[in-house]
Amino acid sequence: MSGWAHHDGLAVGLARENIDTDQLIPARFMSAPRNAGYGRFLLHDLRGEPGFALDDPAAKGASVLVARRNFGGGSSREAAVYALVDAGFRAVIAPSFGDIFAGNAVNNGLLPARVTTGAAEALLACLPAALAIDLAAQTIALGDLTLSFDIDPIWKTKLLNGWDDIDLTASYRAEIAGYAKARRGAAPWVWPNETRGDPAPTTGSDQ
Amino acid sequence: MKSLFDKLWDDHVITRRDDGAALLWVDRHYVHEGSHHAFARLAERGLPVAQPALTVGVADHYVPTRRDGGAVDADIARMIDTLTRNAGRHDLRFFGLGDRRQGIVHVMGPEQGLTLPGMLVVCGDSHTSTHGGLGAYGFGIGATEVAHVLATQTIWQKKPRRLRLSFTGRAAPGVGAKDMALHWISVLGADGARGHAVEYAGEAVRALSVEGRLTLCNLSIEGGARCGMVAPDAVTLDWLRGRSFAPTGDAFDRAAETWLALASDTGAVFDREERVDMADVAPIVTWGTSPEDAAPITATVPDPARAPKAQAPRIAEALDYMGLRAGQPLTSVAVDQVFIGSCTNGRIEDLRAAAAVLAGRRAKVPGLVSPGSTLIKAQAEAEGLDRVFLDAGLEWVEAGCSMCVGMNGDLVAPGKRCASSTNRNFRGRQGPGARTHLMSPAMVAAAAVTGHLADVRPLLEGRT
Ligand code: SF4
Repeated sequence: MSGWAHHDGLAVGLARENIDTDQLIPARFMSAPRNAGYGRFLLHDLRGEPGFALDDPAAKGASVLVARRNFGGGSSREAAVYALVDAGFRAVIAPSFGDIFAGNAVNNGLLPARVTTGAAEALLACLPAALAIDLAAQTIALGDLTLSFDIDPIWKTKLLNGWDDIDLTASYRAEIAGYAKARRGAAPWVWPNETRGDPAPTTGSDQ
Repeated sequence: MKSLFDKLWDDHVITRRDDGAALLWVDRHYVHEGSHHAFARLAERGLPVAQPALTVGVADHYVPTRRDGGAVDADIARMIDTLTRNAGRHDLRFFGLGDRRQGIVHVMGPEQGLTLPGMLVVCGDSHTSTHGGLGAYGFGIGATEVAHVLATQTIWQKKPRRLRLSFTGRAAPGVGAKDMALHWISVLGADGARGHAVEYAGEAVRALSVEGRLTLCNLSIEGGARCGMVAPDAVTLDWLRGRSFAPTGDAFDRAAETWLALASDTGAVFDREERVDMADVAPIVTWGTSPEDAAPITATVPDPARAPKAQAPRIAEALDYMGLRAGQPLTSVAVDQVFIGSCTNGRIEDLRAAAAVLAGRRAKVPGLVSPGSTLIKAQAEAEGLDRVFLDAGLEWVEAGCSMCVGMNGDLVAPGKRCASSTNRNFRGRQGPGARTHLMSPAMVAAAAVTGHLADVRPLLEGRT
């Protein structure tokens, strides 16, 4: 994954709350291999609904999505991010995000930009339209309108640099080995050893 | 003065970065069929699994729940096969089809004693928060992170804020862990605990069995929390003693001492405190398309015209999808079918609670009962619960995720309404166009025997 600092693109609005990951990609599409391309599954079951924003020809080629609160809540399926990225999106702007979704987004170079509810509504009122995102300055510019957004500093650095965590972590090999040894001494039960036959499923009382 | 979460966190920090991220050690990593993306990444890079002994494979999301020789969909068979091969290739402990211990990962892991108090547990599944019911730090991760954990047995995290959610008073009859969870989510919202590690505390939480605590922690993610947890106590120890992968004899006692010391210190500081009075918690059902759309069964369907302006469009949209009328009593909503199961409510106590309502009664609508694990299935059959379900006219099937997410083909048809003991009423969750109402297993049983959303309390009179 390569890092990025600026993005200019067409933004489209999806004026809904709680767009969960089951809506972003229905479960039945998740068995496809990654290289099959996930873009066509994005918001699959909302397509064709009257007035659905992404069906609008004016939204063609959009790379920024603006939505209402709690975008990407629900399941941990990274496929929800694959669907957005493969459909050409680089950023989602909303007042709040599901935590796991936002982490997955960053791991795929997709910016989850948190704005106030007022800012989201101001943007939604003038979409679709071209806008510019400055990741380093944490600003969104649309015409005369300039808004700032929030992003966890750790995620920001990662998006800017396009880090690969596995490589980064490899540089801590000695610390990890040291910890593992200590953990084994302090909590030997973490390394499982089957001790006996099947237990009864419960000893709890009726509730 | 540390909280339970502070202790779990500190115990797992390997190193800290200047930007505030910490590298944490993972004690237990569960993988399931959905982990195929992560295994593919590992293969791309030619990396081995760092700690196969700490990695456990389970087939659950795609497993057929009707295994009576019928042909299995090729796509589904391939998903299970891929997991089986990946587990074999990397020498992982694996609970596949045909294993007596197979089950939903968040049910079978604790049941086997593979999850223990004080552990850091991850899985590529958001309901990994369930494991907090035993006093573990469990959270769901995405595929990139699964690959990272496979390759390094570690994960980078930023420390979440600490939220203590205290339930004061005792649960009234007919009210359980599911109602407690849906209640707080309806009050604080589906993103109400976003960015927080939740510690459930208070008299009503202490009074819960481990099964109830697992249910409560399972639903943490539906309130947006990163994880949820209950401090280990004597109830936890009693439940764990004798489990296959738990320590034995003196080793158990030594471990138990460590586990009991995890409880929050008196005077521990929390970033946020919330309180729920159990007097306010009634049997609850959801009416909309988010778990926050929940109300006591005695209430009516909300009216967008009377809702705060910001919420009105969402409520109207949800009612439209759900096919409900504003202002209609929730008990007037007829259901087409019922489902009992999932990692939220597929444990033995859940089955007992449903059976207590169903015994001697007939369901007016069809339904599926899928235990959370194959061992629970055997236990239920030993107790005769299967007869109760079958005599009531419900189907008794094998263990798996089943109709919670429909990946194995157990779907709710478009436009059909299902009373469900699961955790997500999202649009299309149980199948395209499906309408899901979440509730406790006892409430699902009440819906089954009445044919509509119903208050379980009168049906329990003279029974418990
Ligand atoms: S039962 Fe449902 S929520 Fe639980 S792990 Fe399976 S699909 Fe996920």
